[in-house]
Amino acid sequence: MTAPSVAPIPGAHPLAVDALLDDSSVEIIVCCGSGGVGKTTTAAAIGLRAAERGRRVVVLTIDPARRLAQAMGLAELDNTPRQVEDIDTTKGGRLDAMMLDMKRTFDDVVLAHTSPDKAREILENPFYIALSSSFAGTQEYMAMERLGQLHADASSNGDYDLIIVDTPPSRSALDFLDAPKRLSSFLDSRLLRLLSTPARGPIRLFSAGMGVVTGALTKLLGAQVLTDVQTFVAALDTTFGGFRQRAEDTYRLLQERRTAFLVVAAPEPDALREASYFVERLRDDRMPLAGLVLNRMEAPAAVHVSPERSLSAAEALAESGQHPVAAAVLRLHGERMTRAARERRLAERFASAHPGVSIATVPALSSDVHDLPGLRQIGTRLGGE
Amino acid sequence: MPKVNVERLRSASVTRRESDWEGVRLHVVTGKGGTGKTTVAGALALALAADGQTVLLCEVEGRQGISRLFDAPSLPYDERRIAVVPRNGATAGEVYGLAIDPEAALTEYLEMYYHLGRAARALDKVGAVDFATTIAPGVRDVLLTGKVYEAVRRKEKKRVHDRPTYDTVVLDAPPTGRIARFLGVNAGVADIARVGPIRRQADSIMALMRSPQTAVHIVTLLEEMPVQETSDGIAELRAARIPVGSVIVNLARRGPLDRPTIEAASADQLPRADFVAALHETGLPADDATVEGLLTDAREHAIRVAMEDELRTRLDDLGRPIYELPRLADGADLGALFDLAGELTKQGMA
Ligand SMILES: Nc1ncnc2c1ncn2[C@@H]1O[C@H](COP(=O)(O)OP(=O)(O)OP(=O)(O)O)[C@@H](O)[C@H]1O
Ligand SMILES: Nc1ncnc2c1ncn2[C@@H]1O[C@H](COP(=O)(O)OP(=O)(O)OP(=O)(O)O)[C@@H](O)[C@H]1O
Ligand SMILES: [Mg+2]
Ligand SMILES: [Mg+2]
Repeated sequence: MTAPSVAPIPGAHPLAVDALLDDSSVEIIVCCGSGGVGKTTTAAAIGLRAAERGRRVVVLTIDPARRLAQAMGLAELDNTPRQVEDIDTTKGGRLDAMMLDMKRTFDDVVLAHTSPDKAREILENPFYIALSSSFAGTQEYMAMERLGQLHADASSNGDYDLIIVDTPPSRSALDFLDAPKRLSSFLDSRLLRLLSTPARGPIRLFSAGMGVVTGALTKLLGAQVLTDVQTFVAALDTTFGGFRQRAEDTYRLLQERRTAFLVVAAPEPDALREASYFVERLRDDRMPLAGLVLNRMEAPAAVHVSPERSLSAAEALAESGQHPVAAAVLRLHGERMTRAARERRLAERFASAHPGVSIATVPALSSDVHDLPGLRQIGTRLGGE
Repeated sequence: MPKVNVERLRSASVTRRESDWEGVRLHVVTGKGGTGKTTVAGALALALAADGQTVLLCEVEGRQGISRLFDAPSLPYDERRIAVVPRNGATAGEVYGLAIDPEAALTEYLEMYYHLGRAARALDKVGAVDFATTIAPGVRDVLLTGKVYEAVRRKEKKRVHDRPTYDTVVLDAPPTGRIARFLGVNAGVADIARVGPIRRQADSIMALMRSPQTAVHIVTLLEEMPVQETSDGIAELRAARIPVGSVIVNLARRGPLDRPTIEAASADQLPRADFVAALHETGLPADDATVEGLLTDAREHAIRVAMEDELRTRLDDLGRPIYELPRLADGADLGALFDLAGELTKQGMA
């Protein structure tokens, strides 16, 4: 199966993906974008391409499709990078991949920063369980935590020289940039401070209305729950003190020149609106943007037969009743060409609204991308071959 | 308020037959993220309104998806009319929108069961409300489903008694991965609270969620991951004894090739000579590259169709009614939403 390629977008700088992958000063690439546009596929494809071009790569994926995970040898969610077999290592590269397990990452932080007894107490606490598995933004937060760990390890032992990060789908928000702040403000909330210092007595902290508050809490939650909350909160300070610091460090790491962001989008009005939002948000946060990947572009093969001509030919044949099969295929071609033209107009509009943003295009393959040859094909298109 | 394209809806309502979901009062729309839950929920609400119903469309994720879809200003925690659907000159139905906010719902709840006006404000001040609605997702879901239940059960006092305020409620729900836990959250409450008002409320909500008055519809695309999530979601809903409604295939493509042509294309057996003749006849270039290009287009299309067929078979095997919505060329703007509503009516969903 050979995929046709997409002609360059007028007015847009082509994104030099190979140059990016070959640049040894780039140590981290983050793929972000809205839901279902191809973030995981892009992350895996550039990981494979970089490795086959000689880099030592680890790809941190989030919720990959089952078959893609299998193809990369990721049978289970175990939070440790696994080497991907069957890749071309003649240039001295390697490819490891892992699936993020957010609860496991959270648990590891607890285990690393407390005594075993204390850790067990925390891990079994119902509030810890709720927080670690479903606090809004936990997945993003843990992706950042894991990225920080991988980068620290890579700097000390030199296992990897390129970390590629997939992100959870986000809409109208770069949740992985906001999550650390959200968690911080939660940890700093007056309630938590209040609950964590019961011994000093709430009255002194909040003179008015405190009796009402504790009374209401007990009435609502019951005494046991209140105790659980207090144990959990008391443990938070010791364990998670360093949390915030690390989150801020990772945030700054993302702003450095050794990081590059790729915004992935589908060539559709809404997805491109989202992409514009991401581009602006990254600029506001001074995060280095490498460019936009326009994924799944319609790319018909018989490019020199225009949509108008093939549709009117199909029409004429349908009227005469001759060559019905060819007529249907001409109609199909006309529809695909129409769609391709519309997508190009959208891309051009994006390019003129964001003149500084380089763009790479990837055609829609006729089947899903679930194996290494498929990823290699996406990589080839990204490399502009 | 948006202007309604009367013509489009009229043609939809004229061809109307009995809906597949008579008796359902709560339509829950879920699906993998980004598959079109909000769009489908909006289209379903319009389709029900075109049938003369008063419909409440609610969202629970704080994303203001409904107001965006209906080009309306952001919704406060308050029901606003967002569309009026006229039929044959007279008003047929209305759609109201509500963005349920867990914090406001908590305050309402505390007031209702504990008369905690002042304490609720004090709790809010120290961040307890934030705490309860963020860290303990169970609490948040109890509040959100509680509000949905209230809207379904609410009666209009001014009208003839027994007439509900809303004929139906359409819920733009959390994604498939969380739907069974979300709708079933009150079963857990019943385990903790043995008696009292909370217990009674939890039992009533679960009774509604598990009754034939509720139907959970799952939106999917003809792609591996959304189909997998659909089948996982159905299994979880069944285990929670919550009634599964239909499967809605969104963004479906309707290609011009018939079955035999698709089969010939995938077997690489399309009649080349026929193509050359057809191109000559219509004055198009008939060189090898063009013929080869057209055959490639057809072959690629056939591969995609074969994959989609396989996924359709998997969806058929789930044993639920299936509706299909086409991909609209210019995205789902308000006008297009009426087209999708007409499509749902035609297929019997409303
Ligand atoms: N260029 C392409 N051609 C054909 N199929 C593609 C292409 N890119 C991605 N896909 C397919 O589209 C689906 C979604 O891709 P992917 O999982 O990478 O998206 P995502 O942005 O990571 O999604 P999510 O937001 O759910 O994490 C997958 O089934 C993948 O195989
Ligand atoms: N039938 C359709 N034709 C064209 N575009 C569509 C169609 N259905 C949905 N869309 C577009 O797809 C995008 C996602 O749709 P929508 O917001 O309804 O999905 P969702 O499942 O609610 O997403 P989320 O999980 O983010 O809440 C939107 O841009 C919408 O306009
Ligand atoms: Mg993904
Ligand atoms: Mg939505």
